[in-house]
Amino acid sequence: MTAVEAPPVTSPEVPAKRVPWGRYAGVAAVAVLLIGYGVVAETSFSQTIGVLALTMAIAATGWNILGGYAGQISFGHAVFFGTGMYGTTLLVTDGWSPWLTMVPIAVLAALFGVLIGLPTFRLRGHYFSIATLAIGMMVMSILPNVRPLGATDGLSVPFLDEGFWNLTFSLRDKTEYYYTALGLFAVATVVTWLFLRGKVGSYLEAIRDDEFAAAAVGVPVWRYKMYAVAMSAGLTSVAGSFHVMFVTFVDPASSSDLSLSTAIALIAVVGGAGSMWGPLLGAWLVIALQEYTRTYLSTTGRTIDLMMFGALIILVVVVDPRGLVHLIGRGYRRFVRRS
Amino acid sequence: MIDLLQALTNGVFLGAVFALAAVGLSLVFGVTNMVNFAHGDFIMLAMYVGFLCWSLAGIDPLFAIPIAAVTLALVAVLIYGGIIRPVLGSTQLAQMVVTFGLLTFLRGVVQFAFTADPRRVEDPIVGDVRIAVGGVAVTGAQLVSAVGALVATGALAWFIHRTETGRALQAVGEDPGGASLMGINSGRMYGLAWALAGVSTGVAGALLINNFGIDPLAGATFGIMSFIAVALGGFGSVLGAAFAGLLLGVVQGVVGLYLSGYTLTAALGIYLLVLVVRPQGLRGTR
Amino acid sequence: MTLLSVAGMTKRFGGLAAVDSVSFDVEEGTVTGLIGPNGAGKSTLFSMVAGAQRPTSGRLSFNGKDVTGWQPHQAAAAGVGRTFQLMRVFGSMTVLENLTTAAHLRHRSKSAARSFAEEICAFADLGEMAHRPAATLTGATKKRLELARALATSPTLLLLDEVLSGLTPTETAAAIEMIERVHARGITIVLVEHVMQVVMSLCPRLVVLDFGKLIFDGSPADAVKDQAVLDAYLGA
Repeated sequence: MTAVEAPPVTSPEVPAKRVPWGRYAGVAAVAVLLIGYGVVAETSFSQTIGVLALTMAIAATGWNILGGYAGQISFGHAVFFGTGMYGTTLLVTDGWSPWLTMVPIAVLAALFGVLIGLPTFRLRGHYFSIATLAIGMMVMSILPNVRPLGATDGLSVPFLDEGFWNLTFSLRDKTEYYYTALGLFAVATVVTWLFLRGKVGSYLEAIRDDEFAAAAVGVPVWRYKMYAVAMSAGLTSVAGSFHVMFVTFVDPASSSDLSLSTAIALIAVVGGAGSMWGPLLGAWLVIALQEYTRTYLSTTGRTIDLMMFGALIILVVVVDPRGLVHLIGRGYRRFVRRS
Repeated sequence: MIDLLQALTNGVFLGAVFALAAVGLSLVFGVTNMVNFAHGDFIMLAMYVGFLCWSLAGIDPLFAIPIAAVTLALVAVLIYGGIIRPVLGSTQLAQMVVTFGLLTFLRGVVQFAFTADPRRVEDPIVGDVRIAVGGVAVTGAQLVSAVGALVATGALAWFIHRTETGRALQAVGEDPGGASLMGINSGRMYGLAWALAGVSTGVAGALLINNFGIDPLAGATFGIMSFIAVALGGFGSVLGAAFAGLLLGVVQGVVGLYLSGYTLTAALGIYLLVLVVRPQGLRGTR
Repeated sequence: MTLLSVAGMTKRFGGLAAVDSVSFDVEEGTVTGLIGPNGAGKSTLFSMVAGAQRPTSGRLSFNGKDVTGWQPHQAAAAGVGRTFQLMRVFGSMTVLENLTTAAHLRHRSKSAARSFAEEICAFADLGEMAHRPAATLTGATKKRLELARALATSPTLLLLDEVLSGLTPTETAAAIEMIERVHARGITIVLVEHVMQVVMSLCPRLVVLDFGKLIFDGSPADAVKDQAVLDAYLGA
């Protein structure tokens, strides 16, 4: 501060920082579980669940940066996922290695994010969300008419020899896909963590809590929203790039469906927006639910999984709007306090 | 030229129904400050109610209107009490997400009960009626829909602006604290707003049966049109929403004539354009 | 040295002038009271100085530079801190996190920001609740947090918007004490206030607004004798 020096103040009431052993243990436990799942999952069915869950976890982690941390709820993220799917397909068809396509396409998606943010970031709350919804739907309505992207039929990923570099593995045993997805998820998580620690994370959360107050303490709100959407779009796009190599096919319905956008958002929210683990938890729960009901409840499966998904969302949000991660945390703390 | 007039006419009649759908949504937002993403699916439910009336009891859709209105009002109030009220104090995100969950659940339930096959009502009363003015044709179904929608919208507007209860609703929307100081029970008003939204979607749905196929995803289109209309007209302005609904109908009609397959794109495009120029909507108060 | 200079500031909404051609200067290190009846335009004036609103016309200078129409984050970076009339704390964060976020303006690394925030926390007597979520605080504590948060941006000019309203006598005394300590650090203060005795005792200089116009600029002793001021408050 300026001018007159005040006498030194002691702050006995502010507790010293402790090493967060609990958090490290938690991360290790999650890592063990995820790695163990790949070993234990032997049926194609369980392996597929694992791959899809991790893919959606990556997409939801990306969404979370904009929605959970910066507080801008997007219902149009399928646009970025679709960019990853279509972009990687086109480049791979041109001879690129799938891995090399991820970053450039992510940058493209980030650019789209910024373009979308330009007119929409001046909107707040509901208005912003509905605008993203509208943009997502608009893209979906235009896609079937775009010839170079395969119109309604979509595009197929060309047959590549199996191998890590081609991101193509045996489909009989999907374990290699699973561990690749896991590695990608780990990278995505670390990148997100690095992005959000320190100033950036604090500023984004300030924007979420109160934009005006944030600006008053020096946060360049507009600029930081752009950072958030760029990062968010890029990560979601990477999930899309991976996904298309797994399913080897992309068309308008599968890549930019409204339900995909809402699924990404809802997975993050149900799991716990604003928390690093929320997207992972939400993704596993939702994908497992979806695949189980789809497979084991035969022809009516599709509708029962919708009903259950809907009921799950309602239940979780009513009980604890901050999502499952928070709910579990509350239960754990209550348990610890009692013992 | 005739084609354009026909398209315009079709658009106006369609827009009238959009207007009715939008008004209910605008009302709920105006009073409770909450967006109901499942609004379109209420309309879809109403369509199925009408279908049931016909397939089980042979009741023509026209007479099913009051049944659908009452049923949806009840459903809306139940949903308000069971699902919405618990999250009223929570974040905007939580409220939005709850209605998304509701939307998903409703579609699942309906598809479970009726399958995804589209249903139609056979031989409705208005089926064969056809009026031609100049070269422009208007079907009985369109006429009934538009007239019904106009009447219902007018009735709602009258209720909101001319009755004491309606003014209480407005008061709660504008200043919840002040309203409760005046003795108005905001919880009851919220419930009423939802009930009225139920009525508007009930009537809209029953009116639409004559024009559209009934399937679990019907809610999606009407939902998005309602949203665009409300956002375009401005959240908080019931008349703005109605006017925007009309506009959207006309846009759909005209665009459908020249660029079929792009009607949704056009509607969305207009919305986004207005957004850029005037973020609070054409007549928005918030 | 003149820190802040307001010249001919006007804000019109439609045909109504909320602030009408107001001009005054604020010297470094002073405490100035900005008072006037309800609706006189005080908060609007504050908003414009802090960059939250653009003036319809007029000029604003800070530290000798023309900053008319600047944005809030630019004002903060230049050294203007403010509190809000309706409390705007970062609800999901703890008290300390609120302060750390503000401290990031001048401190890049998390640890540097955090330790500065801890200093501010102690200065503002918020040490006990450092790890409480801001949303759970009482109204008076939230106001104190807002003031502390503005301090965490290391401002040279502090704009306080009704920080004393709704406080009990004990809370008021504590708040006044803190404002005096802030002033002792050399920070220039302008405060909008309705609690008259406080303003009279804290501020050696009063600027009085009525219907958007500046009707008096001088000492409290002269203010109570000024006809225009009396008319404004007693309602002509």
